[in-house]
Amino acid sequence: MRERILAVNKLQVSFNTYAGEVQAVRDVTFDLYKGETLAIVGESGCGKSVTAKSLMRLNPEPPAVIKGGEIIFENRDITNLKEKEMQRIRGSQISMIFQDPMTSLNPTMTVGRQITEGLKKHQKLTEVEAQKVAIQMLKLVQIPNAESRFKEYPHQFSGGMRQRVMIAMALVCNPKILIADEPTTALDVTIQAQILELMKELQNKIDTSIILITHDLGVVAHIAERIVVMYGGKVVEKGRSEDIFYRSKHPYTWGLLKSVPRLDIKRNAGRLSSIEGTPPDLLAPPPGCPFADRCQYAMKICRIEMPPMFEIYQLHGAACWINHPQAPTKVKEEV
Amino acid sequence: MKEKMKEKMKAKMKEKVKEKDYLVRINNLKKYFQINKNTYLKAVDDVSLEIYKGETLGLVGESGCGKSTIGRTILGMYEATGGSVEFNGVKVFGMKASSTKEFKRKAQMIFQDPYASLNPRMLVSNIIAEGIDIHQLLKGKERTDRIYELLELVGLNKEHANRFPHEFSGGQRQRIGIARALAVNPEFIVCDEPISALDVSVQAQVVNLLQELQKQYGLTYLFIAHDLSMVRYISDRVAVMYLGAVMELADSNDLYEKPLHPYTKALLSAIPIPDPDIQKGRQRIILEGDVPSPINPPDGCKFVDRCSYAEEICKTKRPELLEVNPGHSVACHIWKDIKD
Repeated sequence: MRERILAVNKLQVSFNTYAGEVQAVRDVTFDLYKGETLAIVGESGCGKSVTAKSLMRLNPEPPAVIKGGEIIFENRDITNLKEKEMQRIRGSQISMIFQDPMTSLNPTMTVGRQITEGLKKHQKLTEVEAQKVAIQMLKLVQIPNAESRFKEYPHQFSGGMRQRVMIAMALVCNPKILIADEPTTALDVTIQAQILELMKELQNKIDTSIILITHDLGVVAHIAERIVVMYGGKVVEKGRSEDIFYRSKHPYTWGLLKSVPRLDIKRNAGRLSSIEGTPPDLLAPPPGCPFADRCQYAMKICRIEMPPMFEIYQLHGAACWINHPQAPTKVKEEV
Repeated sequence: MKEKMKEKMKAKMKEKVKEKDYLVRINNLKKYFQINKNTYLKAVDDVSLEIYKGETLGLVGESGCGKSTIGRTILGMYEATGGSVEFNGVKVFGMKASSTKEFKRKAQMIFQDPYASLNPRMLVSNIIAEGIDIHQLLKGKERTDRIYELLELVGLNKEHANRFPHEFSGGQRQRIGIARALAVNPEFIVCDEPISALDVSVQAQVVNLLQELQKQYGLTYLFIAHDLSMVRYISDRVAVMYLGAVMELADSNDLYEKPLHPYTKALLSAIPIPDPDIQKGRQRIILEGDVPSPINPPDGCKFVDRCSYAEEICKTKRPELLEVNPGHSVACHIWKDIKD
């Protein structure tokens, strides 16, 4: 078993809004091991980005509040660190790439200055030393003419190149964890392929753990070793990539997998299977399973009590009552 | 031999039948945007396509390849720089005002962003009936009944008529957009990335709806998207665009199983398949570099800078889109020499 470097335990994050308390993340629990790629998958509004941002305490507080739970990183609970202490972790121990490389770089600073910023602050390098490291980093992320591009501004870069700059910036201090929040969603497929290939390569070289937030199951199949599936602010299933894709034990995961058209499947006249209905309102989340209203297997208990995470096999777990030993056999047979 | 001949004859016959049945024919369409005095952005550069009655033609390509511009130019939202568009055999540019109005009733559009394409100050009922009012199709109770009918058709209900767009989710808004397009009994609908702003499980709902409506009303779709898996699912034929030009055009299954153009091959191999085992065993072609700017595109083949097979001729002469197999056209000088 590999070394565990991050443990998220029953994390609860809420946002206080005029309409009331939005319970965006409810009792989320997962671990991250050294050198692995963990994907957090789910549709918009399922709480995946809020979870990721909590790991770096990047949700604006207020309105965000960490209502409970803990995030253990290097034997310390991040959830109650002071801002000063948090700044020491951000960018040096845990760093993040965002979805939109157009808006997450500072347009008034040269790319070089943005990369060296972290080096000077965290590793106390001098300007000259920092420049050397930064240029090396730009070469590592395969930006041609690194020396001259170092002095350019973000608007002089294309979308794919900007995402490379973001990756360089995130990895320059050798962080232990890299959080990638939809890193390729804003990019074209041919560029997406380049970036994913680059991330894989760099992970082997630097040995960071990656948390990949995405809704694209294709990307997940390509890059992730373990998967956490979220729905309505909760983790509904987690396991190794093969467990989730081939042996899933949760109806939401089934629906998600079935509703994606696949490139290798022929055009047919049949209907694409879809999940009817919409996700629950997190202002007043249901007491039971959040998926119960859209689930064709829903039983009485599903609406009353949230199912616990049933352990299926080793790392594979699913929060669905159909995995309970006393669940009606009829449902099990259909499964 | 005989069988081959027969097959060829059959294909030819099919073509002839089809040729009569096209609904939209695009001839050498060009759309240039002027940047400054002497520079033009060539968004659509000499594109010819036919769209048959009742089919779905998928139009795919990366951002900036001109796919949306084609859709908009066909409908007259942009003025074409050159070329022509025929609808039911009649040229649509430069028609009389009354005929233009009639064309605009028959050809509708569904937009990408369901948040930006519905006027936030208008009631859903008025949004849907805007076309009906402009074309003075129905009035009074008939108009109201038609609105209710349309709402139910797209899977919403009557009560939704008196609400505002902000009260709906993305998927529901897209349904309103579809109801608006259908309100005037169109024959042809340009779907400009109608699902890319939606979540996967909702995408499937909207695509199913579009397909049902097509069957019910015999609609013809131009389906513009960058999601190649979804395009394969919904389209009869698919055209692949790159930098304002069509690179390959073929029957949907043909294109995905036997792509001929090096760009199509790279594009298809770049899309990850949601299945770890298959994904691991796949050979992927990773294209180097970015899409060049359409302001100064290469003289010859537009793909020449990123193509690993490019030869001298590709740099100087632009390849034409030629039919190389029945129903399968490709714009490449050297497609025959490329072996996998």
